[in-house]
Amino acid sequence: MNLYPVRAIYMAEMARTRRTLLQSIVSPVISTSLYFVVFGAAIGSRISEIDGVSYGAFIVPGLIMLMLLTQSVSNASFGIFFPKFSGSIYEILSAPISYLEIVVGYVGAAASKSILLGLIILATSSLFVPLEIAHPIWMLTFLVLTAVTFSLLGFIIGIWADGFDKLQLVPLLVITPLTFLGGSFYSIDMLPPFWQTVTLANPVVYLVSGFRWSFYGISDVSLGASVAMILLFLIASLATIAWIFRTGYRLKP
Amino acid sequence: MNDPIITIEGLNKTYEGGFQALTRVDLTIQRGEIFALLGPNGAGKTTLISVVCGLVNPSEGSVVVDGFDSISHYRQARERIGLVPQELTNEAFETVWNTVSFSRGLFGKPPNPAHIEKVLKSLSLWDKRNNRLMTLSGGMKRRVLIAKALSHEPRILFLDEPTAGVDVELRRDMWNVVRGLRDNGVTIILTTHYIEEAEEMADRIGVINRGEIVLVEEKAALMKKLGSKQLTLQLQTPLNVIPSALDQDELSLAADGHELVYTYDGRQEEEGRGISALLTQLEKEGIGFKDLHTRQSSLEDIFVDLVKERS
Repeated sequence: MNLYPVRAIYMAEMARTRRTLLQSIVSPVISTSLYFVVFGAAIGSRISEIDGVSYGAFIVPGLIMLMLLTQSVSNASFGIFFPKFSGSIYEILSAPISYLEIVVGYVGAAASKSILLGLIILATSSLFVPLEIAHPIWMLTFLVLTAVTFSLLGFIIGIWADGFDKLQLVPLLVITPLTFLGGSFYSIDMLPPFWQTVTLANPVVYLVSGFRWSFYGISDVSLGASVAMILLFLIASLATIAWIFRTGYRLKP
Repeated sequence: MNDPIITIEGLNKTYEGGFQALTRVDLTIQRGEIFALLGPNGAGKTTLISVVCGLVNPSEGSVVVDGFDSISHYRQARERIGLVPQELTNEAFETVWNTVSFSRGLFGKPPNPAHIEKVLKSLSLWDKRNNRLMTLSGGMKRRVLIAKALSHEPRILFLDEPTAGVDVELRRDMWNVVRGLRDNGVTIILTTHYIEEAEEMADRIGVINRGEIVLVEEKAALMKKLGSKQLTLQLQTPLNVIPSALDQDELSLAADGHELVYTYDGRQEEEGRGISALLTQLEKEGIGFKDLHTRQSSLEDIFVDLVKERS
């Protein structure tokens, strides 16, 4: 692997982040703070503790997950979609670089940005609620694995999308609903038994549960199931990307 | 001279949907030459370049760049190539300096500010190095694309319709840059449908039409072989018929006998006829003329004939 091209792509993508600081960092932080005000302070004060954790603190991992998933997908998809849209992708495709280098550059930058964002939101939330992190290493592992996996998914969406509408489609119609229904704001124990079973089909439940376990040691599903789910996602995304590059799908006619 | 730097063999490209853009293309580009690929819109010029540069997968056939197969050894093949695309595409928010440096990194080269500076200066972009691309004029953006293509010191430069929509001054500047590159041993392949460009710049010319290479020839030989010249004499007194002593196929009368037109190419001179013989004979016959001018058929005429012939 030649590191110069990887660095060139990575740095260019990070420069784009700096240029769009308001949109890429400030706005997610503000919207997360709004969640805290509404759910944590206004509604949370009327909800009793969940498994010994105050409601405000309970939703922190879910909120970070929500931002992590949506931002990873949107960063990575925009990063590869824009050159495709503007035509400047000719340069990437004609460069003497492997597909691996392209993916590491783009997905690495998108994931870095999401991880940074996750940490900023974590810091912000500590201003609102008392936080404890029981398993910091696991917390970081989940943070990084989720950011990478969903940046890979975003990369796939960016290649698949042939218009700005499609770029928004998956985050809006799939990721956000699944996260809201994935136990970000509640424990699935609070659902009627039938819906508990249905909810287990939602992959985001496993991510949120594992991440929350790393904070408070409480979870809806076992840690093993959470790790298995994220690895499954990771492998599926990698396989799809390998297929995209092998066939030239939507990149090379 | 036989030192090929690009060898294309049996190249076929059929796009999804069945459109055959290239048909059995065989083409050899010599090291250090300027090769012009001429053809009407949709002839396959851009597809051919795109296959060589790795933007389009070939359906069949092979491309070898400086000894390296363009697919199995794509790294070695592609790092030798710089591509200036036809469309003006770039990252609107980047500065000139950053985007050109980015290209160098992308092509796997360590940073070299001195080289970037040299490239920007040679393209009169140095003053604009901190400008964002969106603030530049179309001509300046075109220069930026060339700078990007030269950032990694390629041995081969592809220019896909480089002067489309570019004013005369910039076109001249660009040709100076291209000549400078050629003097440094860079091989240049350009596509164009401005025939004057090919005529002025190229060493060899290839004509592509409907995905097939119709002809490849040294420019001078092509002009000589296919280009005919016309000598028009404005006569002092109009003629009704051409005097029998002068009669030959190449002569004709025009403008109601006021003009005598002589069409010739390389052959007559070799056969001991040609212009000087004609003029001597005219004097002998007592035919005087007021004025004369010659016109050489341009590549454009040749090209139109060729394309018409095949279609």
